[in-house]
Amino acid sequence: MKELTKKAYELRKDVIEMIYRSKAGHIGGDLSVMDILTVLYFKVMNVSPENFKEDTRDRFILSKGHCADALYIVLGEKGFFDKQEAIETFSAYQSKFIGHPNTEVNGVEINSGSLGHGLSLGVGMSLAAKMDQKKYRTYVVLGDGEMAEGSNYEAMMAASQYGLDNLCATVDLNGLQISGTTKEVMSTDSLADKFASFGWHVIEVEDGNDCKQLVKAYEEAKICKGKPSVVLAHTIKGKGVSYMENQKGWHHGVMTKEQYEQAVKEIEEVLS
Amino acid sequence: MNQITNRQAINDTLVKAAKEDKDIVVVCSDSRGSASLGPFANEFPKQFVEMGIAEQNLVTVSAGLAAAGKKVFAASPACFLSTRSYEQAKVDVAYSETNVTLIGISGGVSYGALGMTHYSCQDIAAMAALPGMRVYLPSDRFQTEKLMEALLQDNKPAYVRVSRSATEDVYDENIKFELNKASLVCEGDDVAIITCGELVPYAKEAAKLLKEEGIHATVLDMYCIKPLDQEAVLSVSKKVKCILTVEEHSPFGGLGSMVSQLISAKHPMKVVNLALPDGHIIGGSNKEIFSYYGLDAKGIADSAKRTLTNQ
Repeated sequence: MKELTKKAYELRKDVIEMIYRSKAGHIGGDLSVMDILTVLYFKVMNVSPENFKEDTRDRFILSKGHCADALYIVLGEKGFFDKQEAIETFSAYQSKFIGHPNTEVNGVEINSGSLGHGLSLGVGMSLAAKMDQKKYRTYVVLGDGEMAEGSNYEAMMAASQYGLDNLCATVDLNGLQISGTTKEVMSTDSLADKFASFGWHVIEVEDGNDCKQLVKAYEEAKICKGKPSVVLAHTIKGKGVSYMENQKGWHHGVMTKEQYEQAVKEIEEVLS
Repeated sequence: MNQITNRQAINDTLVKAAKEDKDIVVVCSDSRGSASLGPFANEFPKQFVEMGIAEQNLVTVSAGLAAAGKKVFAASPACFLSTRSYEQAKVDVAYSETNVTLIGISGGVSYGALGMTHYSCQDIAAMAALPGMRVYLPSDRFQTEKLMEALLQDNKPAYVRVSRSATEDVYDENIKFELNKASLVCEGDDVAIITCGELVPYAKEAAKLLKEEGIHATVLDMYCIKPLDQEAVLSVSKKVKCILTVEEHSPFGGLGSMVSQLISAKHPMKVVNLALPDGHIIGGSNKEIFSYYGLDAKGIADSAKRTLTNQ
């Protein structure tokens, strides 16, 4: 378990470098979702560069597509492409590593970026798996601000209607969005009740930046039958960099040289 | 008078194809009845997905199914499918290039007395503006069948609009069809009437009325609005004195705009666009509405004459 935590922090360091170089990206959400992505890609999901063309692979959709930065780093680490190329060309002129996931990047299952689409895509993929009697699972990661998009609730209804127990959603509940707290902007306080009332199996993860808790949650989701599962992961936006944590300004803030050095220093301290 | 609707032709083609192909999936939004897809749903319940009244979900779930290997046909009223789920069509179908055919049923003013909420007079403009999205408005049941057979053979996004009521036959069982090639209904060297969808039979009738007055009209059935059959448009433009476009759509961004754009660039000559108004469209049956706005045979013939005489 310590290994996953270590990896998540090493990947945080990469994403910090990527964002410092490019002066683009969404650092706050990248740091909150990094443990979720690390656990999914390095522990939970059956997906790799070797099986990516096979229809038995698990499917992953980053519905909160603005955190493509974190996904690129994880996919690079997984061996889908040269991670250093992503770090050096992210958001650059003519780079395929644009600010939202796109399938020109090896390992990206489907394009995303417009909020409120991922869960419906996941419903479609899960329905296809059921039709074909295939065992693969579909994982969708959403943001909590994104839960204001009404289309999510259409997808929640359909997932429940069709008993899609091969679908697992995760909401990265970092409590912040671009204009302020989700509580102020559009509250997600009752998300557990909402999912439950739509017929979902709800798994609350008290510390969504704790890899051990996340692994346990995904194991529970895998054995839940007859209904889709959602992992409500209570995370910290900007997790791992003290001055970014729980600060809305770091939704897509750009670091100064001093701030970059401070961020790297803090991550390295955790790693040592 | 033909009683078989184009939506019925769609159902029949899909039923026939699904007997051999288990990857064909039809998705509806409480619209299986109005799409005439009830028989498909009954015969292939495992290849039919009901999404309820949720068009945004309809389109993106369809894209998800297609991304997982299915050949998806998503049918919903054209008014909702083309604009309520426009962003889903843009991102998840067009941008992601998923194998989804969006079928807009009861297009244009098909819903008659139901009024503006149920008219789809922006769908051509909306869908044609999406990169990679093909736009088809087949005229009769024979052409609809051929079009569907062709779309079953490829894996690219498309939007197909059909009307609610049966249209008069333009062709017969021996129809010549080539995907993305317009069909010449009749030929004359005075005026070319370029039209699509359920107005083609009216244009055909208009050509007969014109002939009685000694005016010779070409009628070009441009069922493939995007990609527009440019060769066909340019070919007829060189044989006639002027062009009249006729469509069941807003005057902006539809067939008329696309033909005018092409003609102004490649072979400048007079083009007049006949369409529904940019405003509140009256209620009534579609035939009454066509008549009111001069989109019936007489109205088209009159417009053709005016176009020829510079009135």
